[in-house]
Amino acid sequence: MEFPDDLKYTKEHEWVRIKGDVAIMGITDFAQEQLGDIVYLELPAEGEAVEQGEPFGVVESVKAVSDLYAALSGEVLEINDPLAENPETLNEDCYEEGWMIKVKVSDTKEVDSLMSCKEYQAYVKEEQA
Amino acid sequence: MRYIPHTNEEIQAMLKSVGLRSVEELFSSIPESLLLQKPLKLPPPLDEQTLLGQLESIAARNHTLPMNRSFLGGGVYRHYIPSTVSDLIRRSEFLTPYTPYQPEIAQGTLQLMFEFQTMVSEIYGMEVANSSLYDGSTALSEAILMAIRIGKNRKTVLLPESIHPEYTQVAKTILKSFDEHFVTLPITKEGTIERSSLNDYLNPDLACCVIPYPNFFGIVEDVRDIVEKIHQAGGLVIFSVTEPLSLGLFESPGALGADIVCGEGQSLGLSPSFGGPFAGFFATKQTFLRQMPGRLCGMTTDNKGKPGFVLTLSTREQHIRREKATSNICTNQALCATQITLYLTLLGKEGFKKLAQLNWQRTEYAKQKLSAIPGVTLPFPTSTTFNEFVIQLPKNADVVLKDLRIKNFDGGISLDHWYPNLDNAVLVNVTEWNGKEDMDAFANALKGSIQ
Repeated sequence: MEFPDDLKYTKEHEWVRIKGDVAIMGITDFAQEQLGDIVYLELPAEGEAVEQGEPFGVVESVKAVSDLYAALSGEVLEINDPLAENPETLNEDCYEEGWMIKVKVSDTKEVDSLMSCKEYQAYVKEEQA
Repeated sequence: MRYIPHTNEEIQAMLKSVGLRSVEELFSSIPESLLLQKPLKLPPPLDEQTLLGQLESIAARNHTLPMNRSFLGGGVYRHYIPSTVSDLIRRSEFLTPYTPYQPEIAQGTLQLMFEFQTMVSEIYGMEVANSSLYDGSTALSEAILMAIRIGKNRKTVLLPESIHPEYTQVAKTILKSFDEHFVTLPITKEGTIERSSLNDYLNPDLACCVIPYPNFFGIVEDVRDIVEKIHQAGGLVIFSVTEPLSLGLFESPGALGADIVCGEGQSLGLSPSFGGPFAGFFATKQTFLRQMPGRLCGMTTDNKGKPGFVLTLSTREQHIRREKATSNICTNQALCATQITLYLTLLGKEGFKKLAQLNWQRTEYAKQKLSAIPGVTLPFPTSTTFNEFVIQLPKNADVVLKDLRIKNFDGGISLDHWYPNLDNAVLVNVTEWNGKEDMDAFANALKGSIQ
């Protein structure tokens, strides 16, 4: 399993790529593997507000339907439309092609509550144990 | 055979193992005020033969009329069900299994459900249908819930007065906490939806508009203008169909632009039987598939390339998604849906159309015959109807219907109770059961009863 070290992570298995006050979010390699074949994705509309720790969308695999939780609060700038049409991309490339939403972060202090790559790896290990 | 499963010794042993002294102690959390303190008022026990005799004498008090002497409709319809249907449905493979549609197990049942969905889709003119819901009224409630889910922040639900009043009651009960967002659309003098009443609600708060098709008065109206207005305002259009046979003759809801179509399946192969069990039909557009309640059966290929059937999309259901499930529906009406599939298979595509024509023709005859009786009028004379219509009598409807029953006719349903403005109105339903001589005899009897 791959966990790029330039990303931040959440306990709900989402990743965030932060550039200034813009954050890109998706789900981790661990999450996609646990879900299995992903068949459907429901994302918010551009301009919608998301809140840290609150659901912003839904991911559905052949086994389960799970909520997607926002890693940071803010306003949705862009959504990955091609991904919504081909959600199976998430199983192949969850960090690049599989990004979900781009958010204008409203409170950069929230970043402090996120996990580093190292912390997340330890967390996943614990989850698997 | 004993019907008491536990002996005293077993009960004592169980109490002992949970640390209690008596059965009363086990139920001690029930407040005193809720307990019945006196013995139930029951007659002494009877032997089987005496009991059966008593039950038979009670049953003999039921007043049952032959189907051809009845003109009762109002959401439940008498249609001839070929003996083959009842014979096949009683086969134990269909009749006795509990949840026979378990994923991947009963391929035959799953295929049948797939066929059922295909038939519902074709009749409604929609892209996808589920494998049935509880009945027509709860299907409408599910459709409204679905429209609200899709509309996100949109809340207003438009319900015309011309929809089955009991469907409105069920919807308002299931969506009780949402009641304030329901708007009743008035009807015109022709029994159709008052178009001007829509204008106040064509805004970003509009979630959906329900269109009864045919409506409670049997009227089939051209609603394309309404559909267009609702869509322009960003709302969804739900068609509620109580008599699906009408779609053998009239344009399908799908062709008229429906987003969700729901309704009752009873008239296609289920007997009226005191109001149930029935089966709800539910269909929508492919785009809304994942917001659709209930379960779906899909066709696929297995790892050897052979075709097979599976329950699909159950990830949205309660046993997996818990409180975030699409709806509370966790099951379907498999046996009723099977019976409907058998019936429709025997009827066939052409038979479906012909039966619909026959119903319409007979109803037109009855309409002319009854409205020719001096004193009897049609309150909605220019509206197109399917197999049901309203007549107005010069006398109290309940009194007339009571008199007709003495003459061995079930003359229809009195509408005073639901529509006080329609004085002395009766809803009359005619199906293939009612031949020319039945209708003539009924007209004569009615003539006598209103004098």
